[in-house]
Amino acid sequence: MMSIPTVEISSLTKISRRRELPIPGKVLVRQGLDVEAHTVIAEAVLEPEHILIDVARGLNISVQQADKAMQRSDGEMINKGDILAGPIGMTRRVVRAPKAGKIIVAGEGQVLMEADNPPHQLLAELPGLVTALIPNRGAIIETTGAIVQGLWGNGKMVSGLLHTKLQKPGDILNEDQLDVSQRGVIILGGHCSDAKVLQKAAEIPLKGLIITSMTSNLIPLAEKMSFPIIVLEGFGKRRLNTISYNILMGNINREIVINAKSDSPGGTRPEIIIPLQGSSELTDPLPDIDAFIPGQLVRVTREPYAAQTGTIVTILHQPIAFPSGLFLPAANITVTKNEEQEQITVPLPNLEVIV
Amino acid sequence: MLPPAVKADSLITLDIGTTATRAHLFDVVNERYRFIASGIAPTTIGPPINDVREGILNALAQLQDTTQRTLLGNNGGIIIPSQPDGTGVDALAATLSAGPEIKVVALGLLENVSLESAVNLAKTTYTSISETISINDRRKQDQRIDTILRVRPNLIIMAGGIDGGAERTPKKLLEAVSLACYLMPGDTHPQVLYAGNKDIHKDVKEALENLVELDIAPNIHPSLNTEHIMSAHPQISKIYTQIRSQQLYGLSDVKSWTDDHLEPGATAFARIIHFLGQVNSTDKGVLGIDIGASALTLAAANTDDLFLRVYTELGFDAPTEHLLANLTIEKIARWLPIDISHAKIRDYLYNKAPHPGSRPSTTEEMFIEQALIRQHMRSALKSALPKFHPQAANNPQMLMPAFEPIMIAGQALTNAPSLGQTLLMALDGIQPTGITTMVLDQNNIAASLGVASTFSPLISVQILESNAFINLGTIISPVGYAHPGNSILRVTTKFSNGAETHNDIEYGTISLITVPQGQSATLQLRPLHRFDVGMGGPGRGGKVQVVGGALGVVIDARGRPLELPSDGNRRRKAIRRWLRVLDG
Repeated sequence: MMSIPTVEISSLTKISRRRELPIPGKVLVRQGLDVEAHTVIAEAVLEPEHILIDVARGLNISVQQADKAMQRSDGEMINKGDILAGPIGMTRRVVRAPKAGKIIVAGEGQVLMEADNPPHQLLAELPGLVTALIPNRGAIIETTGAIVQGLWGNGKMVSGLLHTKLQKPGDILNEDQLDVSQRGVIILGGHCSDAKVLQKAAEIPLKGLIITSMTSNLIPLAEKMSFPIIVLEGFGKRRLNTISYNILMGNINREIVINAKSDSPGGTRPEIIIPLQGSSELTDPLPDIDAFIPGQLVRVTREPYAAQTGTIVTILHQPIAFPSGLFLPAANITVTKNEEQEQITVPLPNLEVIV
Repeated sequence: MLPPAVKADSLITLDIGTTATRAHLFDVVNERYRFIASGIAPTTIGPPINDVREGILNALAQLQDTTQRTLLGNNGGIIIPSQPDGTGVDALAATLSAGPEIKVVALGLLENVSLESAVNLAKTTYTSISETISINDRRKQDQRIDTILRVRPNLIIMAGGIDGGAERTPKKLLEAVSLACYLMPGDTHPQVLYAGNKDIHKDVKEALENLVELDIAPNIHPSLNTEHIMSAHPQISKIYTQIRSQQLYGLSDVKSWTDDHLEPGATAFARIIHFLGQVNSTDKGVLGIDIGASALTLAAANTDDLFLRVYTELGFDAPTEHLLANLTIEKIARWLPIDISHAKIRDYLYNKAPHPGSRPSTTEEMFIEQALIRQHMRSALKSALPKFHPQAANNPQMLMPAFEPIMIAGQALTNAPSLGQTLLMALDGIQPTGITTMVLDQNNIAASLGVASTFSPLISVQILESNAFINLGTIISPVGYAHPGNSILRVTTKFSNGAETHNDIEYGTISLITVPQGQSATLQLRPLHRFDVGMGGPGRGGKVQVVGGALGVVIDARGRPLELPSDGNRRRKAIRRWLRVLDG
């Protein structure tokens, strides 16, 4: 089986996501539970704070004496100010816990404790059903609905109502299209090349922003925004592909989840999930794609046809020369441009199958 | 009859890269090893397949189709050893460069001494340094522990303490590492490589042996003025494959198929460069640059020493954030033969990153990719030059020492539309000096030969002597400065048939002297204006025997270091002119 790049763009499908802690922790949900996007499904302390206390030094005694003076043993929970060792001497010197926490190990004149720190909470990031648990790590969550994956996101996640400022797939989003009436909603907009648009979105504030494309110089600003931003087609001015456009425009005023986490290259993609009542006949979330074949719906990933979607008509038998000078395996694809069908030839490495 | 060393007969090497997996077949033809053919398929370590074996079997299936030789059995597995009916292959070996980031925490006593050595050791394979800790960095012991815990490293490298030196301070670092490892959940324990003061080996074992997978290597900084990075390279190579075996599903099987002849691609590439350095008949070193999707590997060797550095941030498909953290758009743009805005270049880089394996189909995109490759080579050499050629550190111009030959490899270079474009990228990126031969690993087999030589060095020797590599040409790069248009070198070429040509080389140009591939000629070089062609000093010339490469003999008279015109239009015009000379 070959590895063919895929992108999930569908008006109704089964969606399955694996949510996992990077280290073992506590799973807080059970199989069969319905969860919301913001449900905490597992937690673990990812950024622990340890405190190494030199008891012997603190009490000005030998290591052996310090071990005898220890009041606490491994695994004990302690509060801030609890006596760890002592009292010693005329002045009844003691060593106290600087913070609440747990004794990890005590001995050789030292105490190593872990301070109580709030755990990292792993969210479901989509509403759905917990179909399986991953012991000590997380769970698998499934739902049905529409999905549109994008190219870049600023790492945040939110759910909310979808509104639009998009009239056509090639629109540009301007600062004056945003106003306070959009407070708390997720806006679907066109191409963004102006920092003022993002600043205005933050002032309102929007709950989330989905844009067709963005100039890459805005990335640092977009990363700083407290609300999620998803760029659907990429950087530079690009039109929204027809399939994504139709799905999103068909779901205006619906509650959606935008998850702007991405892990490039080739990893997690930012995505918009629109939970919808599904049919029991829906197939598995990700069908195996092992080859490019005629009839497949594809999206072009690179210029000069970047972001265009179409259908493979033929796979060419021999590599052909492209203006770059490279000879590459290629396919003929039918795309719709200005409501007219057109055939283009695209290198196979620059295609991803829409699933 | 075959000599005894050729008993291994047929061999397949697998090269598992980030985007592509290659299978190369070598076999004995007329009593000599030959490179027969390759199969290539996308690497399958990621979703939806998540099994490295699929990509390997696909590459083998393609190799099978190309050679019409049955390599895969009815059960779908590879047939080893070869059978009397001619099916299968005698041995299998593999190199690996694919996989997720390997996070390293490096510890040493002093930042500029043993810590730097620990970092240098990590950079001899595909790792990224997530955190460094030294005894003088002012962090308290508990902060060091938390630092290690926060990173969740795959590998901890500890160096520090000269042999016979103080033991107390290295033990302090050891305490931090052992406590951090003690606190980590069971399945997240890192591997630990200790390469410090040998006098505390016993303490290291006592503290860590029961907690983690521990490797102990010779001290990489055994005395204040000595650094022996490569003495610990076998250990870090082994650790790399162990970590990858845990990360990549199916790799343990590959390891057993190859009977443990699986190693990092960079290690294998460096071995072949070291081999060339050892057999080199000149007093020059050998340089190898391999630009792959996951990393740029740079190896330099002479008879005794080997320098190896792996730049994961300069991989051809490296994430844009890593890329732009190390270089500016201006530095990429200066290599472009046409005017493309900085905004467009930045957009291009961000659009390309999520699609590893995609290819440029427009001229504009090809020019940006080639500009990026040039700049990657510049960045790597600038950082590495003071390490492998300490004299360069005292030279403000940071000129390259003379090498013979320079081997260039990796899909970024081999995939160029023409050999002329490949050579110009290499000349711009490497900026060789004096007289050298530029060799292209057109079949991407250099690393494979490195791992193949673990079976028998004869395989590498005979393949290197065959035509599996392309000699792009003898390159003559005079060092000096003159005004553009001034004559700086007179060349008289005497061909084996007695014919003679004369060339007057002007500063700022690239010139070709047609010497048919494989044929020899004698060049009489007469440098002017005290230009140095590497024949004994400025202004000194002489006769040199050369062998014609694919592009003949190339005189790169653009000066060293190459200073591109600051005016954009003039610069782009000059680049187009150089491109026309080499690209026809």
